[in-house]
Amino acid sequence: MLSQIRPAIVLLVLFTALTGLAYPLAITGIAQAVMPNQANGSLLTTSAGPVGSALIGQNFATDKYFHSRPSATQAQDPAHPDDSSKTIDAPYNAANSTGSNLGPTSQKLLDRVKADVDARRAAGATGVIPADAVTTSASGLDPHISPENALAQVAAVAKARNLPEDKVRAVVEANIEGRALGLIGEPRVNVLRLNMALDALTSS
Amino acid sequence: MTFVGWLQIAIVLALVLATAIPLSGYIAGIYAGKDNFLSPVLRPVERGFYWLAGVDETREQSSFLYAIALIAFSIAGFVSLYALQRFQNVLPLNPQGFDAVGADLAFNTSISFITNTNWQNYGGETTMSHLTQMLGLTVHNFLSAATGLAIAFAFVRAFARSSAATVGNFWVDVTRVSLYILLPIAIVLALVFVALGVPQTLAGSVDVTTLEGAKQTISMGPMASQEAIKQLGTNGGGFFNANSAHPFENPNAWTNILQIWALLLIPVASVIAFGRAVGDLRQGRAILITMAILLIVGVGVIYWAESAGTLGLTALGLDPSAGNLEGKEIRFGQAMSALFTSATTGTGTGAVITMHDSLTPLGGLVPLFNILAGCIWPGGVGAGLYGFLVVAIVAVFVAGLMVGRTPEYLGKKIESREMKLAMFAVLIYPMVVLGFSGASVLLKTALDSLNNAGPHGLSEIIYAYASTNANNGSAFAGLNGATPWFNTTLGLAMLFGRFAYAIPVLALAGGLAAKKKAPASAGTFPTTGPLFVGLLLGVIVILYLLQYFPALALGPVVEHFLMLSGKAF
Repeated sequence: MLSQIRPAIVLLVLFTALTGLAYPLAITGIAQAVMPNQANGSLLTTSAGPVGSALIGQNFATDKYFHSRPSATQAQDPAHPDDSSKTIDAPYNAANSTGSNLGPTSQKLLDRVKADVDARRAAGATGVIPADAVTTSASGLDPHISPENALAQVAAVAKARNLPEDKVRAVVEANIEGRALGLIGEPRVNVLRLNMALDALTSS
Repeated sequence: MTFVGWLQIAIVLALVLATAIPLSGYIAGIYAGKDNFLSPVLRPVERGFYWLAGVDETREQSSFLYAIALIAFSIAGFVSLYALQRFQNVLPLNPQGFDAVGADLAFNTSISFITNTNWQNYGGETTMSHLTQMLGLTVHNFLSAATGLAIAFAFVRAFARSSAATVGNFWVDVTRVSLYILLPIAIVLALVFVALGVPQTLAGSVDVTTLEGAKQTISMGPMASQEAIKQLGTNGGGFFNANSAHPFENPNAWTNILQIWALLLIPVASVIAFGRAVGDLRQGRAILITMAILLIVGVGVIYWAESAGTLGLTALGLDPSAGNLEGKEIRFGQAMSALFTSATTGTGTGAVITMHDSLTPLGGLVPLFNILAGCIWPGGVGAGLYGFLVVAIVAVFVAGLMVGRTPEYLGKKIESREMKLAMFAVLIYPMVVLGFSGASVLLKTALDSLNNAGPHGLSEIIYAYASTNANNGSAFAGLNGATPWFNTTLGLAMLFGRFAYAIPVLALAGGLAAKKKAPASAGTFPTTGPLFVGLLLGVIVILYLLQYFPALALGPVVEHFLMLSGKAF
């Protein structure tokens, strides 16, 4: 039985070197050399520098930008820096991904969604509300919204930017990504790309 | 539910089957110790490993010694992983400057990764240094999966051999599975993941200034390499807290298809390889069809329940046509979310692309039932196969009782010792899950961890113990498990789930290997056709519903009816 101790330790050390060091470092080396854009997070830049990742959602608060979905991510409460249980809402905190984890019979969920729906109604929304506009994503970092959600925001964004609605709607439609081959994926709009396209439109 | 949705599901499952069939031949070769096209490169490495470790590859072990080797390897893994977490603050490759991991959390995480559970009571991007992720977590993603397949190899040898004293050599099986199966596929998959957008860097994070002038800090790291083996080894421990829902771990529909493919590939291929090993492909086919029925029914229920949405939110004026979108990502859609959720809990993976806690009651019932049954359709790497073979033994025993003959499976007589060990393995699960859940419900410290009130809270607790016990690792993640009570008891549940199952399985293997293989006769119950598939399904439904129906009735079932009556908590 003691004869099993040496292989246990030696094989663990060897496989740690192989699968824990050689494997990830080799993949990193190849990835950085051949695919540096993807390997470093698919960052998007403007003349001002990197503005975000094409893959990671961002929080947009002002009226002149299309808004992302609500996000459940949190950050450490600055008032209690030493107590990790004290957190504050920090939508699209890309250093702490999480969903709300609220179930369908949660009063907290219903209250949160009702407040968001009421705010939209007060701002003039009519008809049914696109479901993704008032629900939080699994990661809290969803970069996309549904085409319906984007189109529903056209009027507000056009007004804030003093642009004709047609022009803004055309930018949205140009940014709708469909299913590959009509089959793979879901129709969606990348909010950061859409807002960058909008800025480019205004500046030109 | 849409036609396109079902078509997407069908394409992924067809892709799995089309690749698993050739892979099963390759796995059967590894099982039998044969050379393959990678041998010219890997055989010298393999020999070098044996030489350094003092392993004689020609010497096989009894099932007892095989189990001792398994335990020794697991203890070594536990100790090193625990130490790595406790000292990560003074070790290199810690760009974010994380502290050492606390004692109870490090205990829980170490057990979690050596048992192939990958339950995460921590948020990856806020707790673990790159060194811990690489040297600790990635390594055990390989080794715990290899260990699972090694145990399955030993169990299959017990059926394939006649009057044998040995069931293989644990060190040879683990080494060969890691070197020839897991590592080559992981390398290719990791590079494809990078090409499709998954980052792979040693940097800790990047700061950007958003269009509105705010600062966003984006966590980075070597995740493609971990992502590949996380899915392939049915591990499921994510680089990030949000796991495969995080847009870096799983950026688009293509990576998502590959993730589902990777987590089903080896479990499905090993069932077909089992048929090859026992010399009758139909034996593997009957089991695979049974597994597929259970998996696909689960997909259908989730897809239907989630597409219907939640009544409470529809009543507030939400468009119901998109279904329940709380805790889901736009880019995946309901169909692929349903497939992923059923596949990740039907295997021992436990990676998630939706927050299971936010599923509808019936949509959440499916993953809960999958893990309560021990994640055996098609199961974790290796663990699914040996888990399901134990159920098959129970099924032939039931058939034997009905016709009054000594039951046989694959030519081996199933007698009193076999049944005692099989039932011991089967009954460990409800004891651990229901026992710990019952204790938690009575403890204030446990109830303080809940994120949802009412019956959903009970589901959170049962899910936690079922997931850890079945070595799955997915969660109703609202439950705060990072408390001393949960870290400890969930850790124990993982230990029982792995070793109190695998050791009886190896004991079974020893006894079965020693038996003479009886040739099939006219009186032998056939275990290859639709009759056996039906019997397996019946035994599974009776076995697991009897064990868990009261608990399920008080959790998701009653929640469903309360939701319909408009009640919230």
